[in-house]
Amino acid sequence: MSDTEDLGFTPNEMMTIAASRALKNDDVCFVGIGAPSAACNVARLTHAPDITLIYESGTIGTAPDVLPLSIGDGELCETAVTTVAVPEMFRYWLQGGRISIGFLGAAQLDKFGNINTTVIGDYAHPKTRLPGGGGAPEIATSSREVYITMAQSKRGMVEKIDFFTSFGHGEGGDHRKRLGIDTAGPTLLITDLAVWKPDPVTKEFTVVSVHPGVTREQLQATCGWTVKFVEALDETPAPTELELKTLRDLQARTKAAHAGTAKGKAA
Amino acid sequence: MVKFVPLKEAVAQNLHDGDAVAFEGFTHLIPTAAAHEAIRQGFRDLTLIRMTPDLIYDQMIGMGMARKIVFSYVGNPGVGLLRRARDAIENGFPRAIEVEEHSHAGMANAYEAGAAGLPCAVFRGYRGAGLAEVNPNIKSVTCPFTGEVLAAVPAIRPDVTFIHAQKADRKGNVLVEGIIGIQKEAVLAAKRAVVTVEEVVDNFDDLHPNLTVLPSWTIAAISVVPGGSHPSYTHGYYERDNAAYLEWDEIAADRDRFQAWMQKNVIESSADDFAARVEHLRKAA
Repeated sequence: MSDTEDLGFTPNEMMTIAASRALKNDDVCFVGIGAPSAACNVARLTHAPDITLIYESGTIGTAPDVLPLSIGDGELCETAVTTVAVPEMFRYWLQGGRISIGFLGAAQLDKFGNINTTVIGDYAHPKTRLPGGGGAPEIATSSREVYITMAQSKRGMVEKIDFFTSFGHGEGGDHRKRLGIDTAGPTLLITDLAVWKPDPVTKEFTVVSVHPGVTREQLQATCGWTVKFVEALDETPAPTELELKTLRDLQARTKAAHAGTAKGKAA
Repeated sequence: MVKFVPLKEAVAQNLHDGDAVAFEGFTHLIPTAAAHEAIRQGFRDLTLIRMTPDLIYDQMIGMGMARKIVFSYVGNPGVGLLRRARDAIENGFPRAIEVEEHSHAGMANAYEAGAAGLPCAVFRGYRGAGLAEVNPNIKSVTCPFTGEVLAAVPAIRPDVTFIHAQKADRKGNVLVEGIIGIQKEAVLAAKRAVVTVEEVVDNFDDLHPNLTVLPSWTIAAISVVPGGSHPSYTHGYYERDNAAYLEWDEIAADRDRFQAWMQKNVIESSADDFAARVEHLRKAA
């Protein structure tokens, strides 16, 4: 996509690192699997060592040495402060208002931060049946704020999503409030090309910071809606050596750990 | 009272055609051996209930055993899609299945309501969510004290629940530890519960008093199946076989390859084969 040869990092690395920077040391973060999980752990291993990471399997305050393949890998439980049952996770900790940041990925996203991970096409007769929401519908409404991270593509970032798996800002404006949802909803979108924030009034995601080497044309070419930019547009600071090393080490450990179990497998 | 019986017997005595059955396990402690035994015994028209159906329901659906599936995440955790379940939902192969889809919060609350003997669960959920429009079992109630509109879903009450656990004592009390998921609620919500365990120990005298122990009288049958949750894992015994989950994505992508795999690894195998499958996943002492 973009010419990052000279930059010394990939767009995906920039995305994960930019996402990690958004997390604070005192955050209590409900972590989605995949890109959010990498970002949250890079944050923990760099500037936010005391961050509380929570996975929906019930692990609270976990500190995995390698990224889990699933939300319920043993490593999460072994390194957690405590592990609770799934109903307790959703009732007391999420519904109870203990989560500051819900960090989600998306298969399909619209400009108001609504997410579809359920179906492509019609629900009753889907073209593609995706895994569905899991914990996301309530993470999106009970976390005090929601961060979203995904790589940009015209298929992924669309004008109209096929299914409202997780409610963002709906049709924009005060739609959340009208539905009785009193949390802030999506306040940040980090892609492989830019950092986006919702417009204070319309709630439409607007580019606030462009990653190094990325052009406005690239941003529009990989997005299904007409991209808006803030006037005082920033450039995202490039990854530091420490950030890059932390991410790459984490990924290398993860790769080695997940491949290690393949040996001598019977079935 | 609980009976210690071979898995073949436990499944035959407790599962029937047309049952609503939950094989629960939240990534950890998935009762794979019990599911494979059910596949060998060839049950039909099952309603399969589980928060995270994953490989075992992909296999049961692919073998045409399911009439309906009740779930909140129909994916291969950390890998992607469940290709046999997709084939059934998208193409009606090998048979069409009915879908009842919830969120994790919805399922967890519904199991809890089942365990609590309530007709429904009430929680703050599904706001703005598309599922509320396509699932007629998602309704709302108004709090009589505050006027807040809350989501309501019917309690889950399986005919039978299967779980895998670390160990039983000789009296048939069962210990579940690590990521305990929804297993306690799924057992207490069900009419009958069957547990596979890694081992039987003399007693639980040295356990911490607050660990999750299911008393023997909440369980119909216990079968000792070492390795019985592979390729999932049993905390303290063996690790998750992540490579097997990655490999499943390829196996399940092709109808013929799936059938051949099932024939070799399920139909022509038995519960006794599980111990060998986890040998390389046991942590060095």
